[in-house]
Amino acid sequence: MTASLNLRAFCLSVLILVLGLGIWELATPSLETAGELTEYERLTGGGGQQARVPPPSDVITKGWEELSDPFYDAGPNDKGIGIQIAYSLFRVLSGYFLAALIAIPVGFLVGMSPLAYKALDPFIQVLRPISPLAWMPLALFIIQDSQGSAIFVIFICSIWPMLINTAFGVANVRKDWVNVARTHELGQLATAFTVILPAAAPTILTGMRISIGIAWLVIVAAEMLVGGTGIGYYVWNEWNNLDLTSVIFSIVVIGVVGMLLDAAFGWVQRAVRYEE
Amino acid sequence: MTEKPFLEVDQLTKKFPAPKGGDPLTVFENTSFDIDKGEFVCIIGHSGCGKSTIMNVLAGLDKATSGGVTMDGAEVIGSSLDRGVVFQNYSLLPWLSALKNVTFGVKARFPDWSRKEVLEHSYKYLDLVGLTNGAEHRKPSQLSGGMRQRVSIARAFAIQPKLLLLDEPFGALDALTRGNIQDELIRIWSGTDQTVFMITHDVDEAILLADRILLMTNGPFAQIAESVVVDIERPRSRAEIIHDDGYYKIRNHLVEFLARKSAELTQSPDGDAEKPVQPSGPPLTVNPAKEDIGSKKKDTATGDVVSLAS
Repeated sequence: MTASLNLRAFCLSVLILVLGLGIWELATPSLETAGELTEYERLTGGGGQQARVPPPSDVITKGWEELSDPFYDAGPNDKGIGIQIAYSLFRVLSGYFLAALIAIPVGFLVGMSPLAYKALDPFIQVLRPISPLAWMPLALFIIQDSQGSAIFVIFICSIWPMLINTAFGVANVRKDWVNVARTHELGQLATAFTVILPAAAPTILTGMRISIGIAWLVIVAAEMLVGGTGIGYYVWNEWNNLDLTSVIFSIVVIGVVGMLLDAAFGWVQRAVRYEE
Repeated sequence: MTEKPFLEVDQLTKKFPAPKGGDPLTVFENTSFDIDKGEFVCIIGHSGCGKSTIMNVLAGLDKATSGGVTMDGAEVIGSSLDRGVVFQNYSLLPWLSALKNVTFGVKARFPDWSRKEVLEHSYKYLDLVGLTNGAEHRKPSQLSGGMRQRVSIARAFAIQPKLLLLDEPFGALDALTRGNIQDELIRIWSGTDQTVFMITHDVDEAILLADRILLMTNGPFAQIAESVVVDIERPRSRAEIIHDDGYYKIRNHLVEFLARKSAELTQSPDGDAEKPVQPSGPPLTVNPAKEDIGSKKKDTATGDVVSLAS
């Protein structure tokens, strides 16, 4: 029964995709309707007046082209989509893991100590709603390096959900389980690792999953600002080239990579989940 | 008896601070009782009389306001592996399999043991509660309530504590499962010289398991009023014990106490602060099976399970 449900859902998804793309394709005015192109018009890609959202068939062709050679490098402004994604992933992951390195231990302390919880809460509440990009000028000035600044922005945006969720998860570990640790004479460290960490792991992972999602959202904007490399820069560069086909293609790629990142964390989350 | 008892609870008092600066709430006051080595003692009382608080003090999870507990000549401070606890809600770690829950305890108890020794020891106790043949690899959520409590019992016995504390271990189980595990508990306990202190709401359960039953008056200002000796011959089983001559005498005595005397004996809560504190001695020891209780009402001698669960 579930198999048939999955199958029906899949068929419906395909139907929606085909319909959506079909409508898009048909709604896009064909270039040929403008009549014979002049040499000039052909050189400028159909001429200024003819600028249009490209049909999905163009995007798919473009995507096929890009994906069949994702790692070519023809100078600063012409790199394969694979290289751009790799730059973005590198920034996201290094900023993200730096954040995890700080957020999880600090979250642990905050969660275990009601004093620290109350003392740090106002800072967290003020810092958390700040748009990560607001840090960019300050980061550029202090770090004096665009790459470092991008990583810092990722760091600062991914730290809060992890910190808050870790603290929340640790603070809300069932008293019974802590009592089990106490009656078994476990030390502080042993309790933290054998009882509190596994008990809070699902909540911590939820925070990590939220963080990676935010980091992937922010990297695109950050790279549009700092430029040079990365998928965000790629989008902006193609916009400057007025190559909307590439823009749409890269939007799809951003979505797919984000989905894969989320799925990876979803998988880890399932691994640490437990039922009471 | 000239030597000191194994466990000595001396003038234990627990007060909870009042929420808004009034008089503190005295749960129980000047409670004293002893437990001998190898003895199985149950404590019965209505909800709110502080049974669980006494247990938490014994387990080292809570502190008494005044009074002290000594076990084996040493004062009880904090929690220790010498005092194993089985809680009503099982307290198994849900992310570990049944086996891992037991090895968790065994490793804590015997940190120098090899993996093999830990496993052997754990399996021995899982076997005692009949949780082998694959069930030991399941997580608690995949086990029934009865099986979970079996794991808890296996873990508690496996660490071989000097004192085993059972906090209403069967309270959440259905009557049939409860009966089976009671028989199992008695079988496991018989093979050891384990000292057990158990909270229960179930009169029949107490008679089946205990050497002695402590009866508490109602809270606040609860006290242990009586210590009822259950000298029905062991080994006992649920099927046979009800045919023992003393069974209903004891049972009637307990029900009478809980239904009537527990409230009457409660100290009047009026004028709390001024009331002179009466240092109470050890509870009155009674042996209903040996006494003539003909003067008491006997109409409570029905076969129903009397449960006072709140």
